Amino acid sequence: MAYVITAACVADSSCVDICPVDCIGPRPDDPAYDDTEQLYIDPAACIDCAACVDVCPVLAIYEAGALPLKWQHYAAINRQYFRESES
Amino acid sequence: MKAAAEWRVAVVGAGPAGLYATRHLLDQPELNFEVDVFERLPTPWGLVRAGVAPDRPEKKRIIERQFNLTLGDSRVQYFGNVEVGRDVRVAELQAWYDAVIYAVGASSDVRMGIPGEELPGCWAARQFVGWYNGHPDYSQLQFDLSCRRAVVVGNGNVALDVARILMQPLAALQSTDIAEHALVTLAASRIEEVVILGRRGHFQGAFHNPELEALAELPGVDVLVDADELPAANEVVMDGADWATRRKVRTLQQLAARPASGARKRIVLRFLTSPVEVLGADKVEQLLVVRNHLQHDARGRLQARPTEEESILDTGLVLRAIGYRSYPLSGLPFDERRGVIANLDGRVTEIPGAYVTGWSRRGSRGIIGNNKKCARDTVASLLADLQAGKLACATLTGKEVVNQLNNRAIDWVSYSDWLYLDRLECEAGCAQQRARAKLTSIEQMLSRLEERKAQLPKDY
Ligand SMILES: Cc1cc2nc3c(=O)[nH]c(=O)nc-3n(C[C@H](O)[C@H](O)[C@H](O)COP(=O)(O)OP(=O)(O)OC[C@H]3O[C@@H](n4cnc5c(N)ncnc54)[C@H](O)[C@@H]3O)c2cc1C
Ligand code: SF4
Ligand code: SF4
Repeated sequence: MAYVITAACVADSSCVDICPVDCIGPRPDDPAYDDTEQLYIDPAACIDCAACVDVCPVLAIYEAGALPLKWQHYAAINRQYFRESES
Repeated sequence: MKAAAEWRVAVVGAGPAGLYATRHLLDQPELNFEVDVFERLPTPWGLVRAGVAPDRPEKKRIIERQFNLTLGDSRVQYFGNVEVGRDVRVAELQAWYDAVIYAVGASSDVRMGIPGEELPGCWAARQFVGWYNGHPDYSQLQFDLSCRRAVVVGNGNVALDVARILMQPLAALQSTDIAEHALVTLAASRIEEVVILGRRGHFQGAFHNPELEALAELPGVDVLVDADELPAANEVVMDGADWATRRKVRTLQQLAARPASGARKRIVLRFLTSPVEVLGADKVEQLLVVRNHLQHDARGRLQARPTEEESILDTGLVLRAIGYRSYPLSGLPFDERRGVIANLDGRVTEIPGAYVTGWSRRGSRGIIGNNKKCARDTVASLLADLQAGKLACATLTGKEVVNQLNNRAIDWVSYSDWLYLDRLECEAGCAQQRARAKLTSIEQMLSRLEERKAQLPKDY
């Protein structure tokens, strides 16, 4: 199902530091980081461990099936970020 | 080098950048730091309290979940209501501490540079934002919202934030931590239309997707997009644009295609339009604007160039939101061109032991968490200098700094004082079914603290 970062994200990268499979981007030292709107989770690599959920200072991360109504479209947005922006 | 537990650093500014810098210092495994945080307001958190819109409460969770832990750490001392440059001079601070990190943000802004800008009714969005968020510097301002149309100049997140607040139904603001005076004024607002002017085209807007989508979601508000030169939904001209931009343009296309509902209120997104002159006898009555076209400059960057096509917007309120700048802090070199404290890799030029981070280092660029990386890099520069033996030795202990401030009869606010004010705001908010009822003037805050002191036992 994968986890999803929503628009609440403030890009503090706490989730990047803890993710065991390094599937969150852009990372602080990536060129895209300084101007990014938020961070995103690659659903194809996420192993659903939920480690990122608790460290997020603004509680921006949800399991895809549990997204609040207003952020339903963020599952697709996280996916598209990795499919469309790195191609 | 010194023994453990002896590095004393001052951080100036209790916004995100200052607090992240503090955290990076505290987290050094091999070195022990004590950090004194100086903040010119009694209240900490910088723009997270005074900038982030009241209808974005989720962003402010960072205060309880992160910033409180830093400012409340036993190795940190908070000196609120102390302005560096006024109450304590830069040169003094540099002598008192091993190193000083300036994280004073960007509290000035870019002017439009057009005639009529001085007319009453023409403001910086920064002032409007500070006002609705209860920042003591702006709480006394009087905004006249009796006109039908407001114009917001600029195409960044701040422009979209102020447009949204102007059009947000009152019910959506009532439960937030918006300043009471703003709620009263907004309740009487007669503004029905907000026009947002972008100098360049649909592809160049600096706003983020969530801010654009938030406009589209406003209940009872039509969003009209000037579709001239907006590519049709199936055109491939978007190939060169990055993913976030393509997402924005798709939203703009959907909005342009969305039939107007005929709602009383509307937001108009106009692109390729610049203000030329603010017109009015003794206050803003009209804004003269010009249509732009895009041209590549010598370096290949897209620039907006004016055409001959001018038009007039009737309006009583113009808010410019075209960028924040830092300000020259007396005693520190200032980079006029970039509007930041002059620095190289976070080292303030020509002042050994002085560092800078956050918006006062990079300009108004990036969101809250971006300052963590910026602070990390500044602290790395500081640590490198420390290892190289380049830092002078602090002359004062924590107690001696307190004595210095007390000798100057400065009414400084401690962390425990702040926690008291915080509790008052939360309790007052709770009674009104609001997230928080902010104290909006420094006198108000200090007199609450006086009352508390009077209630405490003498030797407390
Ligand atoms: C209107 C607006 C809305 C925003 N909304 C969001 C959002 O929704 N999400 C998001 O992630 N980011 C948002 N941002 C961006 C975010 O606020 C900034 O990235 C961040 O606050 C910059 O941190 P800073 O510490 O450099 O500056 P600031 O937050 O400005 O902090 C600087 C601090 O220094 C203090 N200071 C200044 N001069 C002195 C002095 N001489 N002595 C002592 N103290 C001093 C100031 O009082 C202030 O507390 C917004 C910004 C604005 C302007
Ligand atoms: S759930 Fe686990 S694997 Fe997935 S993004 Fe979060 S930390 Fe990484
Ligand atoms: S921890 Fe939360 S706020 Fe920070 S980058 Fe990750 S999702 Fe964004």
